Amino acid sequence: MILSRRLIDSISSKWMLACLTFCLLLPLAIGAGLVFKSMPLLSSHKLSELLFSSEWYPSDNQFGFWPFIVTSVWVTVLALIISCPLCLLASIYLTQFAPKWFLKFMRPVIDILAGIPSVVYGVWGLLIIVPFVGDKLAPFFHADSLGYSILAGAIVLAVMTIPYILNMLLEVFRQIPVELGEASLSLGATKWETIKHIFLRKGSSGILSAFGLGFSKALGETIAVLMVIGNVIQIPQSVFDSGYTLPGLIANNYGEMMSIPSYDSALMFGALLLFAIIIVINVIFRYIIYKSELV
Amino acid sequence: MPSTIETMQESNIKVESISANVPIIEIDKLNVYSKGSHLLKNISTVIPKNKITVLLGPSGCGKTTLLKCLNRLTDLYPELKVKGSIRIDGEDIFDSGKDITTIRQKMGLLLQRPYPLPMSIYENIAYGLKLKGVRNKKIISEKVEKHLREVALWDEVKDRLKTSAQRLSIGQQQRLCLARGLAVEPEIILADEPSSALDPISSRVIEEEFIKLKSDYTIILVTHILRQAKRLADNVIFMYYGEIVESGPAEQIFENPQSEILKEYLKVGH
Repeated sequence: MILSRRLIDSISSKWMLACLTFCLLLPLAIGAGLVFKSMPLLSSHKLSELLFSSEWYPSDNQFGFWPFIVTSVWVTVLALIISCPLCLLASIYLTQFAPKWFLKFMRPVIDILAGIPSVVYGVWGLLIIVPFVGDKLAPFFHADSLGYSILAGAIVLAVMTIPYILNMLLEVFRQIPVELGEASLSLGATKWETIKHIFLRKGSSGILSAFGLGFSKALGETIAVLMVIGNVIQIPQSVFDSGYTLPGLIANNYGEMMSIPSYDSALMFGALLLFAIIIVINVIFRYIIYKSELV
Repeated sequence: MPSTIETMQESNIKVESISANVPIIEIDKLNVYSKGSHLLKNISTVIPKNKITVLLGPSGCGKTTLLKCLNRLTDLYPELKVKGSIRIDGEDIFDSGKDITTIRQKMGLLLQRPYPLPMSIYENIAYGLKLKGVRNKKIISEKVEKHLREVALWDEVKDRLKTSAQRLSIGQQQRLCLARGLAVEPEIILADEPSSALDPISSRVIEEEFIKLKSDYTIILVTHILRQAKRLADNVIFMYYGEIVESGPAEQIFENPQSEILKEYLKVGH
């Protein structure tokens, strides 16, 4: 009896370690697989040419990823510029000002938003956002646009990232002890001063984590953006121009035109690029979080 | 024989307490309700200036709620309904025309555990000053030093004022919180079991600070530690289930308790 309990005890930590190892190896395996698959392209082309050239003519064996990289980053950053302040203010309102029942009511609403399939967001973008940008916003700014644009993609993407960022921010603000607010208020601060100087500072690392997660989520989003962004291979000059994102490129073309040499390898390189951008962004966010925790 | 001595002592104390006690806080028929439960029942009392008044009683008897009423932190809890009046220096704090931040700056608050603000040691103390509109860096620096000295923390932290306050020991953090409260020049210090999370030495330091501070401040101390109450109290308010059972000068409460529940509390506490 004692022996079997001991045995279970010693095994229990082992299989947890095994699960963890699996989780850790997964990104490594994906990364290694992508590197392996993009090797044919990397061995026949210069890396700088692949990254910074705008010439995308697969049939002429020219693969310049610059337009895709620019569009992807542009759409993502624009989406976050829209959604981050929105989520920050909404989460502060929900945790600091709103009655408790309202926060309870909002939680399932946020979960529903997170659960809507992205193709539904895409259709909504196609029916509402694209005409809105093309017929209303673009003429207002004296721009020429059909609506299929970076801005339409960013708006759809912003809405899609809201549930993720908002959920994390709610958790961040909920974890700040009430007593910290009491301490600040008792020193004569108003509620707004307490939020600005104390809560935002106390929550800064969590807030940055939420934005970082939102960035990764937005950069990788495929189908909804693909439906509204126009899929034109060009470096967009304004937010009303069309573009083509990296995930869109892969989703639209994988399995087709495989007769073109290196095409398969080029798409895998596109995936590797996405992977690399996400790693770089995460490292940057981690570094900023580390710095903010030192204070 | 002993009874006459007792009576004499008692009458002396009463005469003394009446002449020396200038009220700073007057609480009149204060009632607090929360979702059907009656947390504070008809509290009426007077808290004298430049004394340590101890709110004594078992856990959950409403001591902390009463303390939070005094600087209207009860506003943070919408489920609490507060009725009655509290006058500080003759001004009703529930008067909606009064600026709540000014009222709160009359009182420094010390909580059960220290909650240093997420900034440096220096900024922790400068925070309240900046809220008051003090912008002159020289004045702020002087005040920071003065109040850190006041709580005997200056020598320990003077070389690392710019480092995070979170890195201080818990005892140092509690003294920092006291200094932070003193920096806004309050008249009253509200302390809610301020040494309950501290080791005996740190809590002794806090107690010694209180005794030193009472010549300049009025201190209201919540505690359920009987020995601490005996060491510090000038006046005691004994509470039980949201009511004031007995209140008066410390000697009277500890030496000559009237109610059964207080007698029981004192006996068990020994």
